[in-house]
Amino acid sequence: MGILDKHKVLETNATLLLVFSFLVVTIGGLVQIVPLFYLENTIEEVDGMRPYTPLELAGRDVYLREGCYVCHSQMIRPMRDEVERYGHYSLAAESMYDHPFQWGSKRTGPDLARVGGRYSDDWHVDHLRDPQSVVPESVMPKYGYLEATLLDGEHIGDLLATNAFVGVPYTSEMIEAAQQDFRAQADPDSDFDGLLERYGENVNVRNFDGQPGVSEADALIAYLQMLGTLVDFSTFTPDASR
Amino acid sequence: MSKKQDDDLDYETTGHEWDGIKEYNKPLPRWWLWTFYATIVWGVLYTIAYPAWPGIKEATPGILGFSTRAQVAEEIARFEDANAGINAQLASVELTEIAQDADLNQYAQNAGAAVFRTWCAQCHGSGAAGAKGYPNLLDDDWLWGGDIEAIHATIAHGIRNEEDPDARWSEMPAFGDMLAEEEISQVVNYVMSLSGEPQDASMVAAGETVFLDNCAACHMDDGTGDRWQGAPNLTDAIWLYGGDYETLKETVTYSRFGVMPSWTDRLSEAEIRAVATYVHGLGGGETAVE
Repeated sequence: MGILDKHKVLETNATLLLVFSFLVVTIGGLVQIVPLFYLENTIEEVDGMRPYTPLELAGRDVYLREGCYVCHSQMIRPMRDEVERYGHYSLAAESMYDHPFQWGSKRTGPDLARVGGRYSDDWHVDHLRDPQSVVPESVMPKYGYLEATLLDGEHIGDLLATNAFVGVPYTSEMIEAAQQDFRAQADPDSDFDGLLERYGENVNVRNFDGQPGVSEADALIAYLQMLGTLVDFSTFTPDASR
Repeated sequence: MSKKQDDDLDYETTGHEWDGIKEYNKPLPRWWLWTFYATIVWGVLYTIAYPAWPGIKEATPGILGFSTRAQVAEEIARFEDANAGINAQLASVELTEIAQDADLNQYAQNAGAAVFRTWCAQCHGSGAAGAKGYPNLLDDDWLWGGDIEAIHATIAHGIRNEEDPDARWSEMPAFGDMLAEEEISQVVNYVMSLSGEPQDASMVAAGETVFLDNCAACHMDDGTGDRWQGAPNLTDAIWLYGGDYETLKETVTYSRFGVMPSWTDRLSEAEIRAVATYVHGLGGGETAVE
């Protein structure tokens, strides 16, 4: 009964128990967390991912500020019912530029991981202004003030730089052109070639809220309309062993 | 009240004592202990059976070869296989023949209802009655055509979206830039007179001239519209955005630009045909004119 007797020493000595408990939790944490940084199936590379454009990133900030994640998840789980309803299950790589990710843990409203392109911009404007006007059974609050609040994008470069600091591959050129790209994306009459050159052809350039100026609604809708659209699932074949 | 324990009983204690109260060191109940051991054994077996232990590049796959992705793919394939025959039939027959085949029609109606509730109800309403700016699909007033072929084309490619080159496209000009405010008032009153809405009769005659000069190319001389251009019929008192003076004035001044997404890349051909059959069967479906 040697080992049990030794255990008695721990049980009767609070400080020692604390030290050893900490040790056990540390080892458990390391074994569970560290492999996620290097195992190949958790860092799967997929084509099409790009960092958010300045306007989308601003929209993402509006999304965070309003607490959209409290009711909306952005994580389609690999189950048939979810795939049938929302589209292809989410890949880890699709959240690679999210700091922090918006997977969420509760759905009062539907999942938004692939909401991009599913509805028209007008629908989003109507729906943010008065959700019940298009979905009578909805319990979502009204967000009409978003279209009335204009953004000047003054600090958008700083926002990109901060994201670059935590690992998002924004180039110094992107950061310098952030304000210009921020305005160009919400104005189809602008010179947006630089924006497409920096971020790729699959950037939506539209006046999202249909009103002059860049509003918070413009930013939020730009963000929503690109969610889940970057990976082309007609060419992507998931590795079934993952 | 329980009898006070006799201190002289020969139980082992933990050695702790507070104000004369001692703590017995009794073994755990045997059933609890064995359950505990069983969970340890179960845990070890579980990590052998399922993916668990991290290695250099990947984790141990587990002897059962389980993967979530394979499981969901398998489950989807199971349902697709079960419906493969009827889906292939639905995707290949002439659209107009779906309604002739009772079994096929019933399948398409039910599958279409499910597709509609998942993908269409957010704009057109769960009962398909629409909302301001989103057409009611229950009536027989169609913007782009109400036979099964036209409905199918609209669903497959959408309206005025940028993602699908085959999307239906037309664009009403914003007449606020072209007409004087008085002319807009006149033409709005004329349009209201077409469907018998109460209007300022003094403006109707002048409004007719404005209408014939500016609007008739798409909405036709008699205002009955043109489905090739998605130009609404203005005589039937059914309004997409509203038929009151203020709304019509807004429509004429700023125009409207309703967008519907393309569904070709999101839904299979069988699903698109199913939902077309469902919408066609809601009440307003027309028979194709040869």
